[in-house]
Amino acid sequence: MSADAYRVQGPTALGSGDRRRLWNLTRTLAATDWKVRFYGSALGYVWSLLRPLMLFGIVYFVFSEVLKAGAGIDHYGVILLLAMILYFFFSEVTGAGVTSMVDRESLLRKVGFPRAVVPLSVALVAVMNLALNLVVLAVFVLASGVQPRWSWLLLPIPFALMLVFATGVAMLLSALYVRYRDVRPIWDVVLQALFYATPILYPIEAVINQSATLAKIALLNPLATLIQESRHLLTGAPSAAEVLGSTALLLVPLAMLVLVTWLGLHVFERMAPSAAEEL
Amino acid sequence: MSSPPAENVAVQVEHVCKTFRLPKEQVSTLKERILHPTRGQRTEALLALRDVSFEVARGEVFGIVGRNGSGKSTLMKCLAGIYRADAGEMWLRGRMAPFIELGVGFNPDLSAHDNVLINAVMLGLTPDQARERYGSIMDFAELHEFAELKLKNYSSGMQVRLAFSVMVHVDADLLLIDEVLAVGDAAFQQKCYDVLDRARSEGKTILLVTHDMEQVQRFCDRALLLDRGRVVAVGHSRSVARQYTQLNFAAPGERESLVRAAALADDDDDVVVIIDAWAQSEAAGRTTVLEPTEASGMATRVRFVSPAADPVFIFSITDEQQRRIMSMSTDRQSFATGSHAAGDEIDVSVGFANHLAPGRYWLSVHVREAVGGQLLAFREDIYSFVVSGPGWGNVVVDLPHGFLLTPAPTMSEASPDER
Repeated sequence: MSADAYRVQGPTALGSGDRRRLWNLTRTLAATDWKVRFYGSALGYVWSLLRPLMLFGIVYFVFSEVLKAGAGIDHYGVILLLAMILYFFFSEVTGAGVTSMVDRESLLRKVGFPRAVVPLSVALVAVMNLALNLVVLAVFVLASGVQPRWSWLLLPIPFALMLVFATGVAMLLSALYVRYRDVRPIWDVVLQALFYATPILYPIEAVINQSATLAKIALLNPLATLIQESRHLLTGAPSAAEVLGSTALLLVPLAMLVLVTWLGLHVFERMAPSAAEEL
Repeated sequence: MSSPPAENVAVQVEHVCKTFRLPKEQVSTLKERILHPTRGQRTEALLALRDVSFEVARGEVFGIVGRNGSGKSTLMKCLAGIYRADAGEMWLRGRMAPFIELGVGFNPDLSAHDNVLINAVMLGLTPDQARERYGSIMDFAELHEFAELKLKNYSSGMQVRLAFSVMVHVDADLLLIDEVLAVGDAAFQQKCYDVLDRARSEGKTILLVTHDMEQVQRFCDRALLLDRGRVVAVGHSRSVARQYTQLNFAAPGERESLVRAAALADDDDDVVVIIDAWAQSEAAGRTTVLEPTEASGMATRVRFVSPAADPVFIFSITDEQQRRIMSMSTDRQSFATGSHAAGDEIDVSVGFANHLAPGRYWLSVHVREAVGGQLLAFREDIYSFVVSGPGWGNVVVDLPHGFLLTPAPTMSEASPDER
C-alpha cells in the first residue's frame, strides 16, 4: 500500500513515461475501428482482402490493357498498383486523421490518456489495411511475372518513412482541426491535388519525356519520392535519385519529411493539454 | 513548489486554479480569422476553480458537493488528468481510476464482449488484465447470456449494469466518481452502495461528486463544499451537507454573506488564521481517543495576520447527531488572551474533566473580536475524537456519579418526623 506519490501533470501528447499504456490504448482503439468497419457484412474480414483484389483488378485491366497508359514501361500495372496502395495509405491516415480528435471527443473529455493515441490509432488501422493490400499486391506481382529481386528486402524502408510522414501530417492536421474547422475541406482538395501531382497514374518516364525539370520538381514532394523509390525497389523503375540527377537532391524531400513530421509533433504537443476544453 | 505529501495522504490539492477562456464571438474558421485578426482575442474568462486546496487521507471517503457550475466536475477532471490546472499543484498516491462517466468508449455496434475490453483498457487495465477479468465482470453484471449481443440491442439499464461492473473490476487505490451513481433504479443504487461500502472496507480512497446530501452523510467521512470555484467549507460530511443546504436555499443576498463567512479562513485580509486544532489528554498528549473521566483538553493553534487585542476563543463540541454538547469560551471565564502582533503564532488550550459519554465528537473553533464580537475566524468540525468506554452513543454526558444502597425507612421510624 505504500505507493509513491506523483504529481498530476494534466494531459500530454505522449504521456509521462508509460509507453505501454500508449501502445495498449492505441491498439485497442485501432482494433475497435477495424471491427466496426466490417460490421454487419456477411463476409466480414474477407472483404478487406476481396475488395482491394477486385478494385486492383479493374485498375490493372483498364490502365494496362485498355488505355495502354504505360506502353513501353516494364510491369506498368504492378507499379501502378503499388503507387495507388501507398497513396491510399497516405490519404487514409491523413484524411481520417484530420477529424480524429473531434471524432473521439467523448473519450478525450472523459478519460485522461496520452492524446497522441487518437491519431496513432488511425495510423495503425491504416497500417493493417496497407499490410493486407500488400498481400493482394504480391498476388499481382507474381501473376505478372516480375522476377524476385534482393531489393525487395529494402521495401520496408520507404514504407516506414511513409508511415512516419503520414502520421506527422495527421497529427498536425488533427491538432489544427480542433480549432479551425475549415482544415478538412482544404485538406480534401490538397489530397486530390497531390494525387495528380504525384506520378501514380502516369509513370515518371512520361514526365521526363515532357521535361526533365518538371520531373525533378515533381519528385521533390516527399510523397512522390517515397512512391518512386518503392517502385524502383520493386521492379527496377528509375530511382528518385536518378530522376533528380543527384543523391544530394534527395535531401530536399527528406528534409521536408523531417520538418513536417517535427511540426506535426510540436503542434500536437502544444494543443494536447487543452484539447478536452476546446472540443 | 511543494514537496510530495505525507505518507498517509492520498490526495493533496494546493492552490489549484482553472480558468476557461470562452470566446465572446465564436471565431473558428480561417476566413474569419483572416478578415478579423483581432476579434478572436476577445474572450471571456470563466474562473472555474479559484485557489482550491484540500487534502484527503488514505482510506477516506471524501465528498465533493456544490451547486451546478460550482466547479465540482472541473476539479474532478483536473485530478483525472483531463484538464490541465492553470496554477497550483495536485499530488496523488496510488493507482487512480476515473469514473467521470459510465461506459467510456462504448461502441453500440460492437458486442458486449468487445465493449467490456475497450472500456476496461480505457480505465487503465492492460488488455491481458481485461481479458482475465472478463468472466467475473459478466458474472457481476449478470449478463453472461447476452455477451455476444450488440450493445445497441441492450436496454439502457443493461448498459449501465455492464459499465458499472467494469468499473468495479478496475482495481485502483483511488477512485474518482463523478455522479455516476445518480443513474439507475433503486436496486442498482443499492448495488452501488454495497460496492462503495466494500471499497471503503478495503481501505480504498474515494472521491465522490454528488448532489445527494443523503449520500454524502451516509458514505462520506468528510466533504468539500464548492461555490463558484471557491472552497466554502471542508469538514465533517454532516456539517458540510448542512451548509450546502443552507447555501442552496438562501436568498441571493444572504448567500453572499454565507459564502464570505464560511470562506473567512481562506481570505488574505484575515486578522487571524486557525492553523490547527486537536484534542489532548494529560496522559497521551495530542490524541484522537479520550478516556472517560481523565483530565482532557482541547487546543488550537492560530496565527495572527494583523495585530489583535484580547480575542475571544471559543471551543465547541458537537456529537454525531450534530447536537452542541458543550461550549467553552475565554470571555465567559474572563480569561485575558492578551495582545498579539502580526505574525505571532500561539496555542490556546482549555482543560476539563472528561465527562462526555462514550461516542464520537467533533471540535469546532471560533475566534471573535473582544469588542463588538465580530467573527474573525472559524473552523467547523476541524477535529474529530472518540471517547472510549461502554454504552456507546445512547447518552450525552457521563457526569460523575455514585450509587448508594440503603434500606427504605420503615413506617415506625418515619412517623416521628410527621408529627
